[in-house]
Amino acid sequence: MELSTRKTEAKALPRLGAAQKLLAFASLVLLVVVFSAASSNFFTFDNIIGILLSTAVIGVLALGSTFVIITGGIDLSVGTAMTFASVMTGVFITFADWGIVRGVLGGIAAGACCGLVSGWAVARMRIPPFIATLAMMMVTKGLSLVISGTKPIYFNDAPAFAKISMGTAVERIIPGFEVPNAIFIYFGLAVAASVLLTQTIVGRYAFAIGSNEEATRLSGVQVRLWKIVIYTITGAFSGIAGIMMASRLNSAQPALGQGYELEAIAAVVIGGTSLSGGQGSILGSVIGALIMSVLTNGLRILSVPQEWQTVIVGLVVLLAVYADILRRRNA
Amino acid sequence: MNDELVRMEGISKSFPGVQALADCRFELRRGEVHALVGENGAGKSTLMKILTGVYAKDAGTIRIRGKETDIPDTKTAQRLGIAMIHQELNLVPALTVAQNIMIGREPRRFVPLFLNEKKLEREAADWLDRLRLKLDPRARVADLTVARQQLVEIAKAISCRSEALIMDEPTAALTDAEIGDLFAIIRRLKAEGVGIVYISHRMEELKAISDRITVMRDGRCIDTVATADAPVERIIAMMVGREIEPRSAPAGVSREAEIVLEARHLNRGRAVRDVSLQLRKGEIVGLSGLMGAGRTETARALFGADPLDSGEIRVNGRKVKIRQPRDAVRAGIGYLSEDRKRFGLLVDMDVQSNLSLPSWRRFSRLGWMRNAAIRHEAGKTADDLKIKTPSLEQKVKFLSGGNQQKVVIGKWLMRDCDILIFDEPTRGIDVGAKAEIYGLLESLAAQGKAIVVISSELPEILRVSHRIVVMCEGRVTGELTAAEATQEAIMKLATDRNA
Repeated sequence: MELSTRKTEAKALPRLGAAQKLLAFASLVLLVVVFSAASSNFFTFDNIIGILLSTAVIGVLALGSTFVIITGGIDLSVGTAMTFASVMTGVFITFADWGIVRGVLGGIAAGACCGLVSGWAVARMRIPPFIATLAMMMVTKGLSLVISGTKPIYFNDAPAFAKISMGTAVERIIPGFEVPNAIFIYFGLAVAASVLLTQTIVGRYAFAIGSNEEATRLSGVQVRLWKIVIYTITGAFSGIAGIMMASRLNSAQPALGQGYELEAIAAVVIGGTSLSGGQGSILGSVIGALIMSVLTNGLRILSVPQEWQTVIVGLVVLLAVYADILRRRNA
Repeated sequence: MNDELVRMEGISKSFPGVQALADCRFELRRGEVHALVGENGAGKSTLMKILTGVYAKDAGTIRIRGKETDIPDTKTAQRLGIAMIHQELNLVPALTVAQNIMIGREPRRFVPLFLNEKKLEREAADWLDRLRLKLDPRARVADLTVARQQLVEIAKAISCRSEALIMDEPTAALTDAEIGDLFAIIRRLKAEGVGIVYISHRMEELKAISDRITVMRDGRCIDTVATADAPVERIIAMMVGREIEPRSAPAGVSREAEIVLEARHLNRGRAVRDVSLQLRKGEIVGLSGLMGAGRTETARALFGADPLDSGEIRVNGRKVKIRQPRDAVRAGIGYLSEDRKRFGLLVDMDVQSNLSLPSWRRFSRLGWMRNAAIRHEAGKTADDLKIKTPSLEQKVKFLSGGNQQKVVIGKWLMRDCDILIFDEPTRGIDVGAKAEIYGLLESLAAQGKAIVVISSELPEILRVSHRIVVMCEGRVTGELTAAEATQEAIMKLATDRNA
């Protein structure tokens, strides 16, 4: 291949990957513009805050899922692991009187444990990720009901807990700017996740494993170990999501959670991360999550029936995956 | 009425960058066993794939039973009565013997939708009887031994009314007793007028069963001789006889050089049987043998890519336990696999990442990647090896074969591996780049690295090796110094099954 053509190809390819992100971002902007034009109730401070707040929990799940999906795997248990973590947090804070800090750390650890078990099943027992995490989903769903006695656990004894998500710490800096903490936590976590993915060895290995697992193994990397680490990270994010969710509802609801994983995966895919692994980005997952919330919110404001909202979101996911496939074919 | 079944003349076939066949001539008569021999890459399977319709010839004529024909696809070949029994048998393990024999031609009842199982079994049983094969038509193929599975394949081929049967390495997985049984069946087929092409490298077998032998080399049919007239040495000479460019044999490494790698009594199933090797600092050892000899399996076992059943490995005198590639890399061993795109590179990632992958742990501090340092070192390595790439960010899949191989070499050099195992280092690389790789091997050895080169190309092995170890069917059959090594000597050891 001539040097000149190679040079242009070299420049074109990074752009293609960026193009997908650009496409996602452009779609988001387009949606916001369209909905703002369609209804004056859309682009208001309260509504935007509402959108961001409703994105937060699923957004955090999507952040965690990004890691696993980049390795070429998948985690269907993030939704129920989140619930399990929230139930455990309830147990720690309300029943065991641990105090908020230890309770929160315990909740995150509970989520991480779920990830650890999933990772073990995938890496050591060689169970396909879909099956392993499907099983994990059912186990954690059941455990949540068992441990909580199928009843919600309330955090009334620890009023500071609700402030984690719903407090407005930013008001102390900018008076009158009532933005719930959850939104800042989400974006802060997104930055942290991005750094983890792009600047640390964990993220680097995730990309390598997703790109070509066997070649990575034959390069002397302990693939099994790192897979377990990555699934544990995903679990930890599920734990954080569980705490944010419980804080928002001021209770741990053991019946919730299932279904959230699919929305998280949809957000990741819409954002341009490929299910076959080897590439993806945190920014894409954030944009994907926002697209889904904006879509749902905008449709609701336009009084589109809730049933139709799900249909439309589903179609958007289909289009996003198709766009991904087309892009790969041309790359 | 001539009993000529197949006559191929002037057959040529080329693939991008490679002339696989040039002006080949081959004919098969009724009732004969015609052996087809040649080393790896000689063109045997390409020629047969043209006969069975898998490939289309670029030039030449094919006559079947005297009539000039074209064989554009496998169905045509089947219709013409040509069938091939591959080394990897084409059977469906979950189905029965009868179902496999009649596959694609299952008898129906009432409506084409419904299968007539009884008729299917009866027809299959008929064929088995006719060939006097003692097989239970109801047995599941997965439960049969390889030898019996082969018999199912033969029955299948004959039931398609094949008159020309091509057998590719039929005895590779058989015991001596089973080979005897197979030969009895082959003789029976001969008596019925079936022509058989017998592809094998096992000299004693060829002498025992074949009537004529055709030797191929470098894409040409060198000669066809009557088996009775051709002693084994003559066959081997024809297989390898080529002008080698005069070059000085690489000087061997002194006996005083320390032994950096020692493998003792390695065992892995049937593929690696009691293999022992020694490697000295600065030495290039060529590991030669035919396909299936166990060279790659030995290399992979040394590297921890596959688990060993038993055996000891010592690096610099110290015993090491190598159970996964990580252990081998830590001991300073690097492995360049045969298929660099599948196993050696992350083709969708850039040059820099590929070069640094085994070293990432070293370039990270508490998990944090030192990108500047990585870029610097990778750049140095790329320059040292003269890797041609527009930038370090170029995705590796856009590099030429030779440069891709350099990236694989570079990644082990960056990791300070002093023992390198090259498996088919110049596969898929053009002539110019090959010479560069040879030069690289020599300079690495001069720097003190210890190198094992696995190659199926005899000229290549002879050109680079200080010492050559030859394997056959999992065992080491012999060792030759550069001075003693000739293509014939290697080939003799490579076909020696009685070591």
